[in-house]
Amino acid sequence: MNAFVDPVGMAGHSGLTKGEVLLRVDNVSLSFGGVKAITNISFDILKGEVRAIIGPNGAGKTSMLNVINGFYHPQEGTITWRGQVRRKMRPYEAASHGIARTFQNVALFKGMTTLDNIMTGRGLKMNKNFFWQCLHWGPALNEEIEHRRKVEEIIDFLEIQAIRKTPVGRLPYGLQKRVELARALAMEPELLLLDEPMAGMNLEEKEDMSRFILDVNQQFGTTIALIEHDMGVVMDLSDRVVVLDYGRKIADGPPEEVQSNQDVIDAYLGVPH
Amino acid sequence: MFYREAGQYKTSYAADQQIFPIRQDRIGIAVILVIALLLPLAASEFMLSAIAIPFLVLALATIGLNILTGYAGQLSLGTGAFMGVGAYSCYKLVTIFPEVNVIVHILLSGTFAAAAGVVFGLPSLRIKGLYLAVTTLAAQFFLEWCFIRIPWLYNYNSSGAIEVPGREVFGTLITGPAASGTARYYVVLAIVVVMTLLIKNLIRGRVGRQWMMIRDMDIAAELMGVRPLIAKLSAFAVSSYVCGVAGAMFVFFYLGASEPAVFSITLSFQVLFMAIIGGLGSLVGSFFGAAFIWILPILLRVGLPALGVDVAAETVFQVAQMVIGALIIFFLIVEPHGLARLWAIGKEKLRVWPFPYA
Repeated sequence: MNAFVDPVGMAGHSGLTKGEVLLRVDNVSLSFGGVKAITNISFDILKGEVRAIIGPNGAGKTSMLNVINGFYHPQEGTITWRGQVRRKMRPYEAASHGIARTFQNVALFKGMTTLDNIMTGRGLKMNKNFFWQCLHWGPALNEEIEHRRKVEEIIDFLEIQAIRKTPVGRLPYGLQKRVELARALAMEPELLLLDEPMAGMNLEEKEDMSRFILDVNQQFGTTIALIEHDMGVVMDLSDRVVVLDYGRKIADGPPEEVQSNQDVIDAYLGVPH
Repeated sequence: MFYREAGQYKTSYAADQQIFPIRQDRIGIAVILVIALLLPLAASEFMLSAIAIPFLVLALATIGLNILTGYAGQLSLGTGAFMGVGAYSCYKLVTIFPEVNVIVHILLSGTFAAAAGVVFGLPSLRIKGLYLAVTTLAAQFFLEWCFIRIPWLYNYNSSGAIEVPGREVFGTLITGPAASGTARYYVVLAIVVVMTLLIKNLIRGRVGRQWMMIRDMDIAAELMGVRPLIAKLSAFAVSSYVCGVAGAMFVFFYLGASEPAVFSITLSFQVLFMAIIGGLGSLVGSFFGAAFIWILPILLRVGLPALGVDVAAETVFQVAQMVIGALIIFFLIVEPHGLARLWAIGKEKLRVWPFPYA
């Protein structure tokens, strides 16, 4: 079956093998009015890798993620997803193509419990119609329980059993970040975009989160693109790093290569003009 | 002490996901239902017709508004008008197809309200919050204008009002002036209980989660595959359907006859206050809110003279209004999230009582 015919059911099963190009961004430019957020950027993300996007504040990292999951539409350039040039799409279409993300400032559904928040990630995979939903019986109940089982696996995986029934608004920040990761994982994405997964965390929480990210990558084979400011984390986790500055790409390559790149050092430390 | 879930182990997800997972709650709801069923034995005609029936109908309307405002986060001031659409379409259906069961008509009339709701919900795709409330206000005034200016809707009655004809179900008269309070009460109770259950099911499933996703964080919702168009319009449709059914019942089982002024902005506000006082995003809160706003003034009006306080009827009415106003302010200061939150906090405390923590 062609993966593009039924994107909902096929998320995470594109048939690509590790190391093939999952997503390619070609010469993408994005501007808001007169402000150029992204200028002529090209890079690719390979199936199964951890790809870091770094750069000083305002470099266009989050804009780049927003372009990838369809929230912004670049004025120029193309995005190739699973080998096909992607047309202009809405975020919910990107979601059904297997792209999930977390947010820089936690974007959980505050009025819902941890369990419900993670269950929202299963929404695209649930298809029992409105009238079965009203009855909450038979097929609808079976579907609900089947997805609950999957959600419980993720809860176990991320070790958040104790807060299952807690409204997420009451949770401490570190746990909220973890629930947000759980919610994204519930979508069983092929590409997981993490926008500063460790922002505002203490060392211990960062270590936990790093372990989870590596586990997700290795156990589920999920491709991960992450934005992060903690260089230690970036260098340890990622297979390849792309560096942005003022909306342009200034370096791209393995962590150790990027670390010694003079442009990167200049961008972070500043150079006298 | 007595309200505690200790020892009640859940061995399946189905058991864990039921509406009332705690046994004491199940007993409580059963007791309430039995009392509701036996009420006509003890209650006077006045209690049934003037308190119980409108309370149930308004609670259903509040649930309708709660779906839209409490669960899907779309503020609406058009509730009264959507109830009116239900009432007028039910009246037309009953007069055009007199042989069809009136309960079928009442349930069908909600679909007309749902259609109106979807049309006036279209701006919600672009407009949020208070601005959306203003556009629903347009629905309120436009539809009210229709009820007055389109004589076809009230069958060209010279009075401009709709009068409910008598209709029987299983040989019992349930609508019209001659119907007994008991018969009307049971019909209303049945419809309200069944619809509340169906809506609860909807809310705890995928559809309800989509509404809450849109309410809590619409951008994240869209990035997780929720189509805002479908989620918002389905909330408008379901909400208006419920309001429409409530509006039809309001006229057919409570008022008996109505003019356009019944479905004015006053009714919209009344239902909105019920939703806010009861607690947005809570079904039990809808019942609390309706009870607070509908039953309390009547109790005050009846209760003050009964206590021997000898005052003029007009004074009692005004005192009741003032007391209600003060209580609304008091409860909103104590708990801005409404009576439902107070109820939830009370239950949480009771679970660990007499200890201060679990």
